[in-house]
Amino acid sequence: MFGAGGGTSSFREVEETDVVLLWGSNARLAHPIWFHHLLKGIRNGARLYVIDPRRTESAQWADVWMGLHVGSDIALANTMAREIIHAGLADEQFIANATEGFDSYRAAVESYTLEFGELATGVPADVIREAALNFARADKAMVCWTLGITEHHNAVDNVLALINLALLTGHVGRWGCGCNPLRGQNNVQGGGDMGAIPNKLPGFQDIEQDAEARERIGRLWGVTIQPDNGYNLTQMLHAMSRRELTSLYVIGENPAQSDADLHHVQDALAGLDHLVVQEIVMTKTAEYAHVVLPAAATWCEGEGTVTNSERRVQRVKKVVEPPAGARDELWVMSEIARRLGHDWGTPTAEEVWNEFRAVAPHFAGGMSYARLEALGGIQWPCPDESHPGETFLHGRLWEVPRRGRPAPFSVVHHDPPVERPDSEFPLLLTTGRRLESFNTGVQTGGYASPLHNGESLDISPEDAAHLGIDDGDLVRIESRRGKVEAPARIDDGLRAGVVFMTLHFPDEVPTNLLTIDVSDPKSGTAEFKACAVRVVRVIPSTQVTPPLIGSARDTN
Amino acid sequence: MDIRRVESDPTDDERAAVDALLGPPSSAWDGGPRGSQRDAHVSHVGGRDTRALRDRLLPALQALQARVGWISEGGLGYVCDRLNVPPAEGWGVATFYALLATSPRPRRVVHVCDDIACKCAGADAVIAALESAAGPALHHAPHGSHVTVAGRGAWMRSPCLGMCDQAPAALVTDAGEHPRERLLGQVTADRLTDLLSGADPDRPAARPSVHQPSAQVQLLRRIGKVDPTSLDEYRATGGYRALERAIDMGPEAVIAEVTASKLVGRGGAAFPTGRKWEAVRAQPVRPHYLVCNADESEPGTFKDRVLMEGDPFALVEAMTIAGFATGCEQGYLYIRGEYPLAFEHMQHAIEQARRRRLLGGNILERGVFFDFEIRRGAGAYICGEETALFESIEGKRGEPRNKPPFPVNAGLFGKPTVVNNVETLANIPGIVLEGGAAFGAVGTPQSTGTRLFCVCGNVQRPGVYEAAFGTTVRTVLEMAGGLLSGRRLAAVLLGGAAGTFVRPDELDLKLTHEDTRAAATTLGSGVVMVIDDTIDLQDLVLRIAAFFRDESCGQCVPCRVGTVRQEEALHRIARSRTRGGLAMEVALLEDVGVAMRDASICGLGQTAYAAVESAIKRLRLYDPGDQVS
Repeated sequence: MFGAGGGTSSFREVEETDVVLLWGSNARLAHPIWFHHLLKGIRNGARLYVIDPRRTESAQWADVWMGLHVGSDIALANTMAREIIHAGLADEQFIANATEGFDSYRAAVESYTLEFGELATGVPADVIREAALNFARADKAMVCWTLGITEHHNAVDNVLALINLALLTGHVGRWGCGCNPLRGQNNVQGGGDMGAIPNKLPGFQDIEQDAEARERIGRLWGVTIQPDNGYNLTQMLHAMSRRELTSLYVIGENPAQSDADLHHVQDALAGLDHLVVQEIVMTKTAEYAHVVLPAAATWCEGEGTVTNSERRVQRVKKVVEPPAGARDELWVMSEIARRLGHDWGTPTAEEVWNEFRAVAPHFAGGMSYARLEALGGIQWPCPDESHPGETFLHGRLWEVPRRGRPAPFSVVHHDPPVERPDSEFPLLLTTGRRLESFNTGVQTGGYASPLHNGESLDISPEDAAHLGIDDGDLVRIESRRGKVEAPARIDDGLRAGVVFMTLHFPDEVPTNLLTIDVSDPKSGTAEFKACAVRVVRVIPSTQVTPPLIGSARDTN
Repeated sequence: MDIRRVESDPTDDERAAVDALLGPPSSAWDGGPRGSQRDAHVSHVGGRDTRALRDRLLPALQALQARVGWISEGGLGYVCDRLNVPPAEGWGVATFYALLATSPRPRRVVHVCDDIACKCAGADAVIAALESAAGPALHHAPHGSHVTVAGRGAWMRSPCLGMCDQAPAALVTDAGEHPRERLLGQVTADRLTDLLSGADPDRPAARPSVHQPSAQVQLLRRIGKVDPTSLDEYRATGGYRALERAIDMGPEAVIAEVTASKLVGRGGAAFPTGRKWEAVRAQPVRPHYLVCNADESEPGTFKDRVLMEGDPFALVEAMTIAGFATGCEQGYLYIRGEYPLAFEHMQHAIEQARRRRLLGGNILERGVFFDFEIRRGAGAYICGEETALFESIEGKRGEPRNKPPFPVNAGLFGKPTVVNNVETLANIPGIVLEGGAAFGAVGTPQSTGTRLFCVCGNVQRPGVYEAAFGTTVRTVLEMAGGLLSGRRLAAVLLGGAAGTFVRPDELDLKLTHEDTRAAATTLGSGVVMVIDDTIDLQDLVLRIAAFFRDESCGQCVPCRVGTVRQEEALHRIARSRTRGGLAMEVALLEDVGVAMRDASICGLGQTAYAAVESAIKRLRLYDPGDQVS
């Protein structure tokens, strides 16, 4: 945000903050390491607000759970903003010094009265008001979010609505404050850092805007960098459907099971002229491939770095040899380059990293392998070898006069999910994660665990009673796009009208056959969090065979 | 808190018992019915306000126990819903305390003491007769097991009930809408059998067994003379003069006098009270807590019960002075669960004091704020250990903490805490009024003031006797009237189960901290248990070993395993089925005992071998010549 592609704060800061808005995140299950830092913060006296349609395991730790309607996040944020402004709690000095666009923002949120907020979100007005005022009054406060914010058709607007709250109250650029998207994997951040996103060069240098960077990096690489953004994943899939994109090289990703509206995705993959999948295990996507390149698992069978949610770049070291036939990923890529006529030699991970430092000197210039080793990781940016790394970002916004560009307020408006429940599909399905499984189960489905209970349809006691469903009954879940079957699990944390599933068991219960293929034009993220379904009982629980413990997946 | 709920529902009785303590549920998220529109979108359960309720867990479980006689799965689940405690943790607490049952029990349970003092008074014969008249004792059924409950009442064996002056003793508990508990002395098998068939346990009068002329006593001077339920009588006999004086003096001066008095703790550890108070007073962290340890469970000890039953206002006043001096505005009085009358009298005294503005806000209209509440134990000796007591108040299993940090730095709820024994505090008003120097003039230079001795066992007049430090064992024995006629002294147990035996030829030992230390024994909690030649000493030692095995919290290995090994070896000796001969068994006892003493976390394990060791080394009870192995 404000030009930096990462969360603003260190883990340590959540331990020392006063108020945390945990928005659209069941971090207790999905980000357990980060949640441990939050628990320390709670122990130190932080007040926790969990904003989530479900009363999740995270919400069970909250001082206040605000159970908004799915997809009403902007309405809630804007209503809070209006309350803060009307209570005179906007940080006017900070706004004047560090931001731009406040007047139009104030005008835009003016229509988000408490009455409207309650109507749009379902959260009672007094609760919205109390949360707004406590957030604004806190000395230190943070907004943290995950996919509950970003897996919507208006993902970027949702994020901007939250950033607006931090700007409004001056809760950014200071210790213990900030805006933090929690990363779901150890190196989601690192992928972005290295430029594996369609609109950025390494170190978040913009492809379209930053001619100087294109020129400079192109010179280093000996190529001319074209000035247009590439496709994001959603755009790729659409381009594949249109037969504009006919060849695909997939590294460590399983779109055949992880993306929305799977029928569509699988058709697109099947229609490719050439699909190369580089993977550590055989996945559903790899089954569509023309060539499968067995790769070493970089987290233990190779060298490199990863970047975590607090922007800390950490060394990864090889501790075991890969199994026979699996190759180091750098070797694979260099070899492909060589056969395509570009001799990159056989670079080591450190050599690649040093090239990255040269390409993005302001970002990573000071992060030599030796320093990463000595300091136990460094938080970017770290421009030179005397720089300790940044614990939090955007401190410059507090300098008077301000350095650099002002941070912009963004005018964003309530825009509910594309598909809403109706008489035909009366329930709203939202998706997420559970503790014991990881994404499509490629890495977690292969071993037995007493926690692996398989997939279920989580449903409120009220809906279950209405539909005559008992705990454990096999039910069929149908949307306009597909249908799946799963046992029902009655969940007190759900209210009537909302059901919940995960994507963890795509072989048994391909949930994404149900989800809707609409995505945010700005980020490409699909609206996994909301689609309309209906549920019918298939077999009573007494006749259902107990679910398999774990799934029989070949992990070699 | 990642809670998986218990699925069983509570009965109406169980719900009512818990709601009477906690008030009705606030929402569907803390045990109320589902269905409100607000609950579908808001919860205030689970955050700091809910976590702050954790210390209500033990009182809530006690409320269930008192109402229905045991803690069912549905009842436990409801308590856990109300307090947002994981059922596994609630279960952990419920199964920790002996007075809480997790399998069905009849409404009336009679707990019959078979501990050392009652043994000396013939408890074994009473129990044998009871067994033949009323059938076997109810054992602690495996937790959660479904036992059939027949008859109107059941009886159980109990460790020391703190009624050693009126041994043999029993505790009657009646569960129900109007629960009732009675601590009975001088019980017979007939009386117990009647009780099991529903006889009314008539309310015993407070029977302070104090047999001393009041001229000689300080701490006991009101006991048996002044109505313990009358604040007016208390004030008419000098009550609350000390608090007024303390407020005049100011906290620093009060602590200076306490330090000058050289008062040390009377619970057993003998730590200087003034130093403890000063350390807490100086802590910048707030709040400070005052805890009065009235979990008097050391076998043979009953002095704190006598003080609380007989002079409750004195303890209220003393705690108020202590709170004022150390900067505490909130206190806790933790009374062992087996003391119903002490609880009633203290509860009454607190209510009276609050009504007269002697507790709460603006005490004596002098701007002093202090109040305290009573927490009742539930049958766990270990909770007399100060950090285990904190855990118990906090709603957890009573497992001692590692030290440091010490309570003065991080005690109850992690805050600086003064923890004092009842008798220790009882000395405070006198010190404030007469001055530390005057207090220090009594006793010896190193052991100042008077001490309460719990004289029990085979003496003419068991009871609490107050004597200046330096009085000999012989004198104390004579104060209690000496032995029964025709008996010969076999041993004296000083300090209770955690203390040591001394021989009949050691009666001139002066009862001071320094003399007992030099003689490798202890004053402990002031127990002077007299054992004559009619008593099977090895049987007594075995009972002590069984006591420690039963009361070990099981947290640390040396104690958990050591107390079992110790009892097993003593059993083998008692049955003449030693392994490798008597000398080998004694050597094993020594090895296990040293391991427990050196490596246990708390005083329980550290002293679990003390009495056994003194029986071996001092009484030479296990010398090869005396027994064929």
